Amino acid sequence: MRRILVGIKRLIDYNVRVRVRPDGSGVVTDGVKMSINPFDEIALEEALRIKERGEADEVVVISIGPDDAQQQLRTALAMGADRAILVRTDLAVEPPAVARAMQKLVERESPSLVILGKQAIDDDCSQTGQMLAAYWDRPQATFASKIEMAGPVVRVTREVDAGLETIELDLPAVITTDLRLNEPRYVKLPDIMKAKKKPLEVTDFATLGIEAAPTLRILRYEPPPQRQKGVMVKDAAELVAVLRQKGLV
Amino acid sequence: MNRILIVAEHAAGRLNASVAKCVSCASRVPDAEISIAVLAATGTAVAEAAAAIAGVQRVLLVENPANEPALAAVLAPQVARLAQGHSHVFGPSTTFGRDLMPRVAALLDAPQLSDVMAVESAQRFRRPVYAGNAIVTVEAPGGRQLVATVRIASWHAAASGGTAKIEKVELDVPLPAHTRFLSVSAARSDRPDLQSAARVVSGGRALGSVENFALIQRLADRLGAAVGASRAAVDAGFAPNELQVGQTGKIIAPELYIAIGISGAIQHLTGIKDARTIVAINKDAEAPIFEVADYGLVGDLFTLVPEIEKQL
Repeated sequence: MRRILVGIKRLIDYNVRVRVRPDGSGVVTDGVKMSINPFDEIALEEALRIKERGEADEVVVISIGPDDAQQQLRTALAMGADRAILVRTDLAVEPPAVARAMQKLVERESPSLVILGKQAIDDDCSQTGQMLAAYWDRPQATFASKIEMAGPVVRVTREVDAGLETIELDLPAVITTDLRLNEPRYVKLPDIMKAKKKPLEVTDFATLGIEAAPTLRILRYEPPPQRQKGVMVKDAAELVAVLRQKGLV
Repeated sequence: MNRILIVAEHAAGRLNASVAKCVSCASRVPDAEISIAVLAATGTAVAEAAAAIAGVQRVLLVENPANEPALAAVLAPQVARLAQGHSHVFGPSTTFGRDLMPRVAALLDAPQLSDVMAVESAQRFRRPVYAGNAIVTVEAPGGRQLVATVRIASWHAAASGGTAKIEKVELDVPLPAHTRFLSVSAARSDRPDLQSAARVVSGGRALGSVENFALIQRLADRLGAAVGASRAAVDAGFAPNELQVGQTGKIIAPELYIAIGISGAIQHLTGIKDARTIVAINKDAEAPIFEVADYGLVGDLFTLVPEIEKQL
């Protein structure tokens, strides 16, 4: 069975304007829309396309988070994943613990590919995929913008600072997705109904035998310093004049 | 004593500008002794450049043909070995560092802090979350190694004038063969590098075509500036992906940033808010970019940009 595992994180929807709580204890989450991390949606879309091309047999989505993450897993099932696994925890788990949990599931599921988002847009860590690849002692390709399966290997084009880099990995491997890899499909109503019948397994860190407690302590959240609105100039000449005066051109 | 190891990014025999910024960050850790690790095929020139950064005590040079082009899976076990005896391991928040450092952290069984923007103590740091919409102060546990990436837009380069000694190191570490470099399609450019340029001129969707985007390149050349682009311009194919400025592209902090035909989506603003001076040119007076611009000019970019060029 050629299996692909995909990570799905539940977090504040990317369209929500995130605000810091006045007491600095976190960000406002009450009544805020929660969604699948956008990079994870791209990861799932890519896994589904690989399966639809006949280059994989099963797509399994995994989320590590609260009970409510079942909603995001159901959405993923409606998009086309075959089954889902929730590692339930109410702790704010850090990338090493997430990667360890993924590693346990990798040992059990023996996937040929694990596709994750390049980062979660809440903590912006960008660590989990690389850590999983290291624990698992397998290749990694981060920031993927193109994935080509080729038998026992996969060729991945990566968005790097210099441009586009292409590397070849022996399978199994870990890939993390960048924005331009694909455009995720919309979920259709009949698929939402069908998704209710797909298997969703719930497990937890204790069952997997892993420590979930955070090691880093967040002391406080603060809003970022705001830039002041500047002045409007009337034409090109005035603009060049002020920039000259400030020694900027 | 905090012993900090910085992993040097380099290409084609040249040290990346991010390294001197990592040194600045490391220098803010109290009682720090700073070493730089250069992993290269042949790395003498890079090691000498690293040794000349003020504040660096030691450069560890590991030469191995497998080290170039750089692959995280190949470098990580070597860095993990070099990290023995160090309290902190730093790398830049470039794609090089973001790819490599978590793999190093995992091999060291250490936690990682990504995008360090300020140092409060040897264990306490500040970093952005939620695309910079919040800043957190984080404390790492004492008595354990800590890996971090340094948010290079938050730091000035350390001065030159250092005289660190260079030590060649032989590492007996098995290296994986499961990952192979095939190619890189880097657009060769005589323009300054986007991430370290003092001036950047960026174009957005309003440019309308690849041909029109040449307007941005001409103005940039006139100013000796790097060229950037908004996500919309990159997605539309007006500019290559490596020029994208913003949360999902490059986060930059030039002295002067000129945004032309860019409305100012949140994800773009995240990438430029550390710029010293922001200039915005847009035909829509209500565009959000004007909320953060130091100087705004409303009008048609196709008339204004040539006029500005003429005035320079």
